[in-house]
Amino acid sequence: MALWRRIANVFRGERVNRELDEEMEAHIEEAMAQGRDAGEVRRAFGSALRHREESRDFRVLGWLDALRADAIFGWRQLLKTKVTTLAAVLSLALAIGACTAAFRLIDALLLRPLPVANPERLYDLAKTGIGPDGKAASYDSWAYPCFALMRDAVKGQAELMAVSNAEETDVTYKSDAEMEKAYLQYVSGSLFPALGIAPAAGRVLTESDDVTPGEHPYAVISYDYWTHRFGQDRDVVGKTFRMGNELYQVVGVAKEGFTGTEPGTMVDIFVPTMMHPAVTRRDETWHRTLVLVEAGAAREPLRQQMEATSKAFEEERAKGFIGVPKERIKEYLKYRLALEPAATGVSELQSETRRPLMVLGVLVALVLLIACANVANLLTAQGAARAREMAVRVSMGGGKLRLMQLVLVQSAWLALLAALLGGLFAWWAGPFVVNMINPPDNPARLLLPADWRVLGFGVALALGVTLLFGLVPAVRASSVNPVSALKGGEDPHAKRRLMHALVAAQVAFCFLVLFLAGLFVATFERLTHEPTGFSTDRLLVVDTVAKNGQPNEFWNQVAERLGRVNGVERVAVADAALLAGFSWNNFVSGTNAGANGVLSYMRAVSPGWLDAMKIELIDGRDFRPEDTHPGVALVNETFAKTYFDGVDPVGKTFDFAYAESGRMRVEIVGYVRDVRYRDLREPMLPQFYVPFRSFAPNGEEWKRNRAVLLVRTASADPLVMASILRQEVPQARPEFRVSRIQTQLEINQSHTVRERLLATLAAFFAGVAVVLSGIGLYGVLYYSVLQRQKEIGIRIAVGAPGEKIAGLVTRDVFAMVLGGAVAGLALGISSARFLESLFYQVKASDWSMIALPAGALLAAALLASIVPVLRAMRIDPVEMLRAE
Amino acid sequence: MAKTDALQGALDLLVLKILSRRPGLHGYAIMTAIQGMSDEVLRVEEGSLYPALHRMEEARWIQAEWITKENGKRARIYELTRAGKQQLGLEETRWAAVTGAVNRVLREA
Repeated sequence: MALWRRIANVFRGERVNRELDEEMEAHIEEAMAQGRDAGEVRRAFGSALRHREESRDFRVLGWLDALRADAIFGWRQLLKTKVTTLAAVLSLALAIGACTAAFRLIDALLLRPLPVANPERLYDLAKTGIGPDGKAASYDSWAYPCFALMRDAVKGQAELMAVSNAEETDVTYKSDAEMEKAYLQYVSGSLFPALGIAPAAGRVLTESDDVTPGEHPYAVISYDYWTHRFGQDRDVVGKTFRMGNELYQVVGVAKEGFTGTEPGTMVDIFVPTMMHPAVTRRDETWHRTLVLVEAGAAREPLRQQMEATSKAFEEERAKGFIGVPKERIKEYLKYRLALEPAATGVSELQSETRRPLMVLGVLVALVLLIACANVANLLTAQGAARAREMAVRVSMGGGKLRLMQLVLVQSAWLALLAALLGGLFAWWAGPFVVNMINPPDNPARLLLPADWRVLGFGVALALGVTLLFGLVPAVRASSVNPVSALKGGEDPHAKRRLMHALVAAQVAFCFLVLFLAGLFVATFERLTHEPTGFSTDRLLVVDTVAKNGQPNEFWNQVAERLGRVNGVERVAVADAALLAGFSWNNFVSGTNAGANGVLSYMRAVSPGWLDAMKIELIDGRDFRPEDTHPGVALVNETFAKTYFDGVDPVGKTFDFAYAESGRMRVEIVGYVRDVRYRDLREPMLPQFYVPFRSFAPNGEEWKRNRAVLLVRTASADPLVMASILRQEVPQARPEFRVSRIQTQLEINQSHTVRERLLATLAAFFAGVAVVLSGIGLYGVLYYSVLQRQKEIGIRIAVGAPGEKIAGLVTRDVFAMVLGGAVAGLALGISSARFLESLFYQVKASDWSMIALPAGALLAAALLASIVPVLRAMRIDPVEMLRAE
Repeated sequence: MAKTDALQGALDLLVLKILSRRPGLHGYAIMTAIQGMSDEVLRVEEGSLYPALHRMEEARWIQAEWITKENGKRARIYELTRAGKQQLGLEETRWAAVTGAVNRVLREA
């Protein structure tokens, strides 16, 4: 009989038995038909049952049959205690689901290798040293001319590829009125051949598409973009689109799965680096440098070669620095190059969320442990109730392993049910969390494949969990001593000790989760309430683009037109919004402080900007329409502190380097309050503002092709104005288009995305942890009351007062809670040290930070003990002793 | 019952041999054939024939099917497979080797 038949027979056991019985019965009938005596025949036949069992072993797969029997038995055991089973399954499901969801995210963002040839030989070239602001820093942003020198220097040993940040860009396929957004990335032409990325249609870019600045208007689109934008239409090859002033031709589609080298951003369009406006600039760093080391080439000589080349470049360039102290330049040139492994790609999202995701991973793992402890306690209590059953099984010759299997199968049922539910939960939770890390208008897009890696993780987790909570109860159940168990029980404290230890561990983990959650929530609170110096109230940021670059006069016309729209209170123009990620800085000289090497940060703004942003003017005046840059400036408090010893600087002058051509002197006409410029966490920066109306060194007016209009509206929800503003802008001047409308509030909130994610999820898991621990405590207390009811009955009979009984029941458990809490606190304080970079103005040693989790735990413990204590106090001694 | 010992190792051989001559016997018939042909010397505990039959079936030396006899009763009858014929050859050779060896010892001792 084939193996599959034996397997199948496991599940039709009754039928197999019937057939065997029938054949043997036929034998006996045949014998009697031959005239033999019935008694004699049966004697000669022997034990039909034994023969049947022997035959059955040939017919069915023995171990599988035993497993089947155990599975059915375990299932019935679970159904006997539906409520506890449901509680166990739900809590486990939540924990397993959270773990799987966390793994899905961590895997997709941090662990999964890029779908390219040889990802293990791919590195990101980073500079570590002292930054221009005098602080230790590491960055991987490069200027193209420097990149080109390094690329040529290591030719043959490594392939260097320039890859810009993927940015959301406006492109048009038909008329300008139909502008749409796409993620665009400038890449070296050699990227596709070097990484083995084949075309799915047309061709990919090559080195020859990347030779002369501005001469290669070709684009390759990603498979994903091809699918959702063009429905995989093959005619897309040859299509043209306009971006800025340039017309590009789509030459092909990259193979499926390749979405760029930045996990978190799915690139739609790849264009050659030669088309980047800054490709010839030595002072603008705008791309990463990826290094594909040739097989067998040593990395260290390669690194040294590139370091020497880049330093020669920087030394040459530093000769043109103005207003920077010599020592600072020397210090700056001391940087080191490092090759950082980039098998999984490199992106901001990766470095931003690596630690938060790891912390989340640890939190969910702790919640899983808490849930496991609960289930282990449940099974131990059940095991105690089944001690007699186990003893009978042992006396009848049930083997140790067989008994362990019996209990483990039951845990496997729990784990299986929980894993199924948890899988569903993870399915939903993964994308949900991704949405949370995202600002609504600029979503990080991440492929979240649910493939064998995730499935494997889920299965391994379910197995691990089964062993974790099932093994101890299984070993205990199987090592039962039948003699003492059948006589009425062995050491009654042994089981309680195990349960108490589990409770202590549970409380320790729970405290840790609560403690960390408290720190994250406090961090988020403090950052959210950090004053920015300006008002986000009803303020819209209208990101606007202008074809071919337009002069100040036209920008003003657009602003004036918006100002006349019903419901608009104030409009101002600026080169970029505050906190929106656009930094523009310069060294200031010609002041009391001399060339101190401190960077000042700039913003170009129109008259009325202070008013629109509600930034307080301390002294002097706002810009007037006739003011131009370079000429006059507004400065903030930190600027005055840095360069003028904190004295009101209105009327004074300072110098700064202007467009590589020399110094410009400007007069300070206004003195304003500090505002947040690029980040909420850092100290206030020295800032100065220059008029939006700017002139280049050759005297020509600077025509901007992009700026923001800041619109303060009258309506509480400013976004209702968005569609009107979108229409008004091109009507004011046909060259202008709205690229994007956001509220300033959204921009501010995007700085606390990571903190909000951590705070929300940590608070959620803290809630789960408290509930699970409360259930665990309740279970253990209830069990110990049940187990000690004789003793309690006797105590009540001899006159013990209620509070003594309550103390008796809860004493041990509360000692465990206290011990667990202390252990959790120690764990928390020592682990918080590694997480300091994630906190803002909160200290792990703060009393309020410790009081919160302690209070929550105490409340949970009290709540959990009410019912068991009441039950203990209501034990009727007469009834109890009569029952004996 | 004591007589069965001598049979233990040879049961497979006997069953295979009988089925090779007379295919389509049911268990009782196989048993009576063994007893009859050995003049009641070889007797098995009747029931233990069945596990042996099922073991050989599992090894695919014999195959079985249910038939309905003339009297309307169902019976499970056995016949040799191709593998069973090979096995019979092997068992016969082994049996000859063993008995030959035993006989030599008896003669020369």
